[in-house]
Amino acid sequence: MKHLPAYYTFWHILGHYGLRWFAFAVLLFLMLPILVIVPLSFNAEPYFSFTPGMVSFDLDAYSLRWYADVFSDERWMLAVKNSFIVGIAAAVIATILGTVAAVGLSNPAMPFKRLITAFLLSPMIVPLIIVAAGMFFFYTRFNLVGTYFGLIIAHASLGVPFVIITVTATLAGFDRSLYYAGLSMGARPLKVYWDIVIPLIRPGVISGALFAFVTSFDEVVLVLFLAGPEQRTIPRQMFSGLREQISPSILAVATMLILISMSMLVTLEMLRRRSERMRSGAY
Amino acid sequence: MTDIPLTAADRRSARSELGRRRMTAFLFVAPLLLFLLFTFAAPIGTMLVRGFYHPTVSTLIPDSLKALKAWDRTGLPPAETQAIFAADLKRLADERLSGKMAEELNRVVPGSSSLVKSTARKIARAEDSEIAASGAALLAAADEKWTDPEVWRGIITSGNTFTADYFLTAMDLERSPAGGIMPRDGARIYVDLFIKTLKMALIITIATLILGYPLAHYLATAPAKTANLLMVFVLLPFWTSLLVRTTAWIALLQTNGVVNSFLMGAGITRSPFEMLYTEFSTIVAMTHILLPFMILPLYSVMKGIDPSYMRAALSMGARPLPAFFRVYLPMTLPGLSAGALLVFIISVGYYITPALVGGTKGQMISNIIAFHMQQSNNWELAAALGTMLLVVILLLYWVYDRFVGAGNIKFG
Amino acid sequence: MKLHTKLLAGVTALMLCAMGQAQAETVTIVSWGGAYGAVQKKYMIDPWVEATGNEVLFEDYPGGIAEMKAQVEAGNIQWDAVDIEAIDLERACSEGYLEVLDMGDLPPGDDGTPAAEDFIPVAIANECGVGVIVWSVIYAYDKAAEGPAPTSIADFFDTEKFPGKRALRKRPQVNLEWALMADGVPMDEVYDVLATDEGQARAFAKLDTIKDDIVWFDSWSQAPQLLNDGGAAMVQSANGRIYAAIADDGKPFEIVWDGQVYDIDVWSILKGTAKKDVVWDFIKFATSSKPLAGMIDVAYGPTRKSSDAYVDAAITQSLPSAHTDVGIKADGIFWADYGESLGEAFNEWLLQ
Repeated sequence: MKHLPAYYTFWHILGHYGLRWFAFAVLLFLMLPILVIVPLSFNAEPYFSFTPGMVSFDLDAYSLRWYADVFSDERWMLAVKNSFIVGIAAAVIATILGTVAAVGLSNPAMPFKRLITAFLLSPMIVPLIIVAAGMFFFYTRFNLVGTYFGLIIAHASLGVPFVIITVTATLAGFDRSLYYAGLSMGARPLKVYWDIVIPLIRPGVISGALFAFVTSFDEVVLVLFLAGPEQRTIPRQMFSGLREQISPSILAVATMLILISMSMLVTLEMLRRRSERMRSGAY
Repeated sequence: MTDIPLTAADRRSARSELGRRRMTAFLFVAPLLLFLLFTFAAPIGTMLVRGFYHPTVSTLIPDSLKALKAWDRTGLPPAETQAIFAADLKRLADERLSGKMAEELNRVVPGSSSLVKSTARKIARAEDSEIAASGAALLAAADEKWTDPEVWRGIITSGNTFTADYFLTAMDLERSPAGGIMPRDGARIYVDLFIKTLKMALIITIATLILGYPLAHYLATAPAKTANLLMVFVLLPFWTSLLVRTTAWIALLQTNGVVNSFLMGAGITRSPFEMLYTEFSTIVAMTHILLPFMILPLYSVMKGIDPSYMRAALSMGARPLPAFFRVYLPMTLPGLSAGALLVFIISVGYYITPALVGGTKGQMISNIIAFHMQQSNNWELAAALGTMLLVVILLLYWVYDRFVGAGNIKFG
Repeated sequence: MKLHTKLLAGVTALMLCAMGQAQAETVTIVSWGGAYGAVQKKYMIDPWVEATGNEVLFEDYPGGIAEMKAQVEAGNIQWDAVDIEAIDLERACSEGYLEVLDMGDLPPGDDGTPAAEDFIPVAIANECGVGVIVWSVIYAYDKAAEGPAPTSIADFFDTEKFPGKRALRKRPQVNLEWALMADGVPMDEVYDVLATDEGQARAFAKLDTIKDDIVWFDSWSQAPQLLNDGGAAMVQSANGRIYAAIADDGKPFEIVWDGQVYDIDVWSILKGTAKKDVVWDFIKFATSSKPLAGMIDVAYGPTRKSSDAYVDAAITQSLPSAHTDVGIKADGIFWADYGESLGEAFNEWLLQ
């Protein structure tokens, strides 16, 4: 036990421990709902609750049937394929456009910087239902509803703010004298960008791309309005499943998604550390 | 040190150099600007226009509308005008567009959808010559409501290409026969829903604040190793799919769900509580989903606060609460306002979670917009409601940008 | 020379392959999911896919015409064929969301009877859809639950004698009919009364008496789940869903036929689809004698008389046709005219 300062009164001490217990309770509130899903996905019965057998750890009460269901259902498999196609394509578009724009935005000479930044970040703020309704009307005119292309550009525009935020953050820690040093040594601006700037901001670009991918991978409102049956994604499939036919195969998918988000989290944490090391110059 | 005055040529070259730099910077941003203009801004613009530009009826029955212009709006329109309308109605029935006309008129004169449709069904069987000769009588025979001038005035109103009526409906108002504006019959619907949405967003913001503030403080003051480990418990939910988290709450709150089984197993209650598909479930699930958005900005601000301020205050004998309110809280205000505004903005426009766990009572304004988009197909009303929601959000975003700076949003 | 021939043969084979693939189409067919969707897949979709080599995206929807209307009005046709309740069919057809079908093109029954005589008359009465099933909206309760057993439609609205939640599908259709029947309107007058303003007010007033006890759901597949999960004590359902839960899963559910609103379901083609011919071929197959008889697995009656040859007589008591004396036929024309007005009134009533 840590030693508490001598001037602490009873109330200080109560506050100290109370705070700690409260913090643990909130952490539990954050984690428990997610953790509950995992065992439930191994339920042998078609219910969303723990059966008596599960509570007494009877092995027969657990099964992999819902995982088998998911992998043998062509709709789920199509959804998985679509989610990756759309997510990756949208992330690539958002990352390229967003990174280039972030470089421009962090240039001190950038005109109307505040206004433009606010506009470029607004896809994150405007309610999805409004975006979806607008896109439904507008994309219809260009026959983009029910196409992969329409869905991809829609998702790319949602991913853009995240790329801008992460790349601008790395650029803020970027020493512009490196850029001028490169120029002064006679390299052309594009070459300087390619050889010096890009490697330095790479961690920010990659985490921005991850954010953009996850944004698309998790998005369902635009999919509801813009996708045809052929473009069904995982969240769309989950949404209709939760609305119409609640089956534990949704829990199986959810468990797999939790695994994916864990690996994303680990990747991001590694990127963050790398970026910190680079900024502090210790690489 | 002597000043060396700039020559005019210097000034020009400096200005053009600056212009060139500005241009270069802008060129970097231009592709994305163009992209977002097409994929994002123009669609929202289309929606805004749809709220008041509505040419449907004027393309459905142009002849009738032209003839009705000559009518003085008192009594019934002349028999010839009515016959023109009857002929239009027959054509619409043949082209299977009478349903569209019925829908449009129904928005102006509630309940008239069945009038148009059943009349169109009957009049489609009449001969053209008969309609031209005695169209008015045919209409009156089909349904006596055609002898009500209200319906005919409604047709003119529905024929307006530009209309503010959808915004009136969205504010629970309507036009009075005299041409003024008056509250709509029946209960207030949309205004109440807006108020309820703001109320729920406020409750959620306060709940995330109450839960998030102490946790963020604990994480910011805990030893780095503990804090980094515990931070995973905040970030993992943040990175977990929204639908996964919503699914979790369905599993927890169902009538036969985890929470009720636990409560009944522990003997706390004998019959299960109704928790899912209520306002309560929406608030709980959204609080859980948005909590990280509160914790992260608070944490990053608290991390930068030197603990010695509080220590100084406490060691000099200040009581904990006053010390907290006068020393610590003001220093955390930037994080607090950032988190609170972000959570509030996001919850006002939330759709998915209320749609899945909210039932009928836990619906928010986004859900009614989706309803008018997908179920009632009243796209114009959806657009009007969406415009109003957008105004609220943009106001909040403006406040956020002023006090926090849109570029300062951080994650993880 | 020899190599040359081989190459040529190879190229030709490849081209033939490509052409073969071009002929196989992917169509989107939309129905109701759950137990009903499962038998449709088994008896209609899968055999047709096998026979033709086409691919089918078999989607679920919760009913209603809104989605079709949105697709046709916006010009984004995503669906090709769709299974529609006849209560919505007249409206969808008269408002131009569906293709007009050539009923003369339907194949004769397996016993040789021409289609026009083989189908029961209502099944091909509307030019936009071919009948698939005769089904019914009923309500069901859990026999294992405590308390007295309800027997009539009035009991559904009597929460004093029969406490507990009621689950209803969130739309005015059938609910308003039930409210009037429970309020004492004779069955043959229900639609006449509902056509008047007073009748509509009366129906909503009756619904008001149980409003706080109603659990709303969107899709028929939720109905047996609500009964199973204890979400409601009495659940409105399509009869087949309850039948499947009793027969396949051994659930202790009981159907109350009193006040049933029976109807047919049809296969229709969405207006403007590029694959009209392909899905019309599907509909002709799906509404032939044998696939129709398969619907009996979930207690939905076939729409062709020639299908009876494949039907086990034991099941007839579970079909809506055995209980027409205690119910009414859903009136598609009424709902075509009043669907919109009443839909709006219903939604406002919900929000109040």
